[in-house]
Amino acid sequence: MAVVPSLTYVEAGARAVAEEMRADERVWVLGEDVGRGGLFKQYAGLADEFGPERIVDAPISESAIMGVAVGSALTGTRPIAELRLNDFAVCAADELVNQAAKNRYMFGGQGRIPLVVRQPYGIGRSQAAQHSQTLENWYVHVPGLVVLAPSTPADNYGLLRTAIRSDDPVVHFEHKRLWQLEGEVTLGGDPPPIGVARRILDGDDVTIVAWSRGVHVAHEAAQTLAADGISVDLIDLRSLWPWDKRAVLDSAARTGRLLVVHEAVQVGGFGAEIVATAAEHLSVRVGRVGGPRVPVPYSPPLEDEVRLGPAAVIDAVRRMA
Amino acid sequence: MSVSDAPTDLRSLYRMMCRIQAFEERAERAFADGSIVGALHVSIGQEAVAAGVCAHLGDRDLITSTHRGHGHALAKGVDPTAMMCELLGRVGGTCGGKGGSMHIADLRRGMLGANGIVPDGLTVAVGAAHSLALRGVDAVVVSFFGDGGINRGPFLEGLNWASIHSLPVLFVCEDNGFGSTTRTAAMTAGAGAVARARALAVPAREVDGNDAELVTAAAGELIGEIRRGGGPRLLLARTYRLRGHTANDPAAYRDAAEVADAELVAALPRAAAALARAGVGGDELAADRAAAGAEMDTVLAAAITAPFPGLEAAYTDVQDAGAGDPGAPAWAY
Repeated sequence: MAVVPSLTYVEAGARAVAEEMRADERVWVLGEDVGRGGLFKQYAGLADEFGPERIVDAPISESAIMGVAVGSALTGTRPIAELRLNDFAVCAADELVNQAAKNRYMFGGQGRIPLVVRQPYGIGRSQAAQHSQTLENWYVHVPGLVVLAPSTPADNYGLLRTAIRSDDPVVHFEHKRLWQLEGEVTLGGDPPPIGVARRILDGDDVTIVAWSRGVHVAHEAAQTLAADGISVDLIDLRSLWPWDKRAVLDSAARTGRLLVVHEAVQVGGFGAEIVATAAEHLSVRVGRVGGPRVPVPYSPPLEDEVRLGPAAVIDAVRRMA
Repeated sequence: MSVSDAPTDLRSLYRMMCRIQAFEERAERAFADGSIVGALHVSIGQEAVAAGVCAHLGDRDLITSTHRGHGHALAKGVDPTAMMCELLGRVGGTCGGKGGSMHIADLRRGMLGANGIVPDGLTVAVGAAHSLALRGVDAVVVSFFGDGGINRGPFLEGLNWASIHSLPVLFVCEDNGFGSTTRTAAMTAGAGAVARARALAVPAREVDGNDAELVTAAAGELIGEIRRGGGPRLLLARTYRLRGHTANDPAAYRDAAEVADAELVAALPRAAAALARAGVGGDELAADRAAAGAEMDTVLAAAITAPFPGLEAAYTDVQDAGAGDPGAPAWAY
C-alpha cells in the first residue's frame, strides 16, 4: 500500500473509479459530460483509458440514466450513474426510489442492483435554489438504499471503492465545497466497511456528529471551544444508512451531550433521527444545527447567512453547557 | 429466424392464449372470493399480443412488463403455479409473496419484472439491452407497455437512448384504449406511438393486436431486424381491454354494447374462427380450452393450499449493508 500525500477529494474519487474499472470490466459510467471528464472533473482522463463504451456520455435524460442503470445492473453490469447535481437527481427519483431501491425486495431476492449513484451536492457559491440543495436525508428514508457522505479525500477514495463493490444501490454524496480539499490517501488495500463512523477528535464534554462538509465546520468550531476549555468528541458518521448507532450512542453516553450538525435544512433532517434515537436510549441533552427552512438564495451575503458555519455550532454547544 | 422453442403457428398461439385467459379467469375468481386481496389487472381480450410476440423469444432473451403482465409472463415461460402463488401472497410465489401481481418477475426465465409504475419497465429494458451490448451477448429485449405510457417522459428518454446507441430492443405498445379509466385517445396529442417513435429514428409499425397471426408475423419481422443488428423497433398493437382497469372496476364509463362488440372480435374468438376456417374441428378447439382450464384449476388449487410466508420474510432481502437493521438499535443502555 502506498500513501499519496496530496490527492484532492475530486482526484481521489476519480482514482477510485479508475482502479475499480481496471479490476472489474463490468464497471462502467454513464452520465452527462462524463466523456469530457465530468462537470467537476470527477472522471478526468477516464474516457482516454476506458473508451466511450465504458465512459458513456448521456443525454440530459435523468430518468433514462437511472432506468438504464437499473436495467444494466440487474443483468450483469455494475454501473456508476453520475447525476451531476443532487438537484437534477430529483428528476430520476422515480427510478431510484421505485425501481432500484425495491427491486431486490419486491422480486423476492432474485436479483441485485449493484449501482452507485454519485450526487454532487451542497451550497457552493451563488448557484441559487436549484443547484445548491443538500438532500441526502431523502434517501435515508428509502429502504433498500445505502447513503454515503464522505468528508475527506481518503474516505472519498475508500468509500467509493466500497460502493462500487457493493451489491446494494448506493447513493454517494460528494460536497462541492470539498472537491479541492487535499489530504493523504492510502492507496490499495481493502476499502472501508459501510456503516462504520470515524472519530475525528477525542473529547469528554460534548459529542458532535457530522458528515461531509459538516465535519470540517464542526472541527473548526471545536478548535474555538477547546480554547474555552470545552473538549469535543467529534464523530464523522461517513455513512447515513446504515449509520453507526453504537459509536454515536457510546460517545453520547460518555459525554452526556449530543449535537448533530448538518448543512441540510434542519426541519425533518437526519439530525432529528439521530437525536431521537439517542433520546430513546439515553438521558442526554440533545441539540441540532442545520440550515434554515428556506431555499438557498443567490446573493452572496444571503447565501452566507444560510450556509452552515462554525459560529452556529459554537453557539449551540455553549447553550448545551 | 426464431431462436425460440415456442412454435409460432396459430394453433400453438391459440393454446397459449387459452392458458393466459384461463389463468386470469381463475385469478378473477380468487379475487372475487377474497383469496386475492391486492390490485389485480387482467389482460383478458389482449392475449394475442403477449403470445404473438413472446413466441419469437428464447431463454436468453429478456422482457419487461407492466401492471397488466400475467400474459407476458406466461408467454415468456414463467410457471403459472409460481405466478398464482404470488398473486395470493404465498410461499412458492415467483417473489416469495413479497411482490404480488404487479411485481411478478422470474429472472431465470428472462422475465425482468412486471411494474407498478407506468412505463418504468421501458428504461429498465433499455438498460438491459445496453448491458447485452456491453457484454457482447447476442439476445434481444422486449419492453411491453401500454398506450398510457407514451405520455410519460421515460417513453421519450428510453426510445432516444435506445436509438442513439442502436440497442436490441423491441418496444411493444399494447394499446388497449384506456389509461386507467380514461380513454387514451382523449389524453394523447398528435398521431401517437408510431409517429413519436419515427421522430426518434426508431422504425415503427402498427398491427391489429387482436389477430395473433398478424401480431406474430410483425413481431417476427421486427425481432429479426433487431437480431441482425438493426437497432430498436417499435410495434403498436391495437387491442381492447374487455375488463375494467382493476378487478374491482366495473368500467361503467363505457357502454355494454361497446364491450359486447369488442368481445366478438377479441383475440381468442378471432383465432378460433381462423383455425376453423383452416379445418381445425370445434372439438379440437374445445379440447384446447378444456386443457388450459384444467391446468389452471390445478394451479389455483395449489396456490390456495400453499402457506403464507413466515413473518421473518418481511425483514429479508432489503439490502446487504446494515442487513437486518430495521432502524432502532438492537441493544439497550
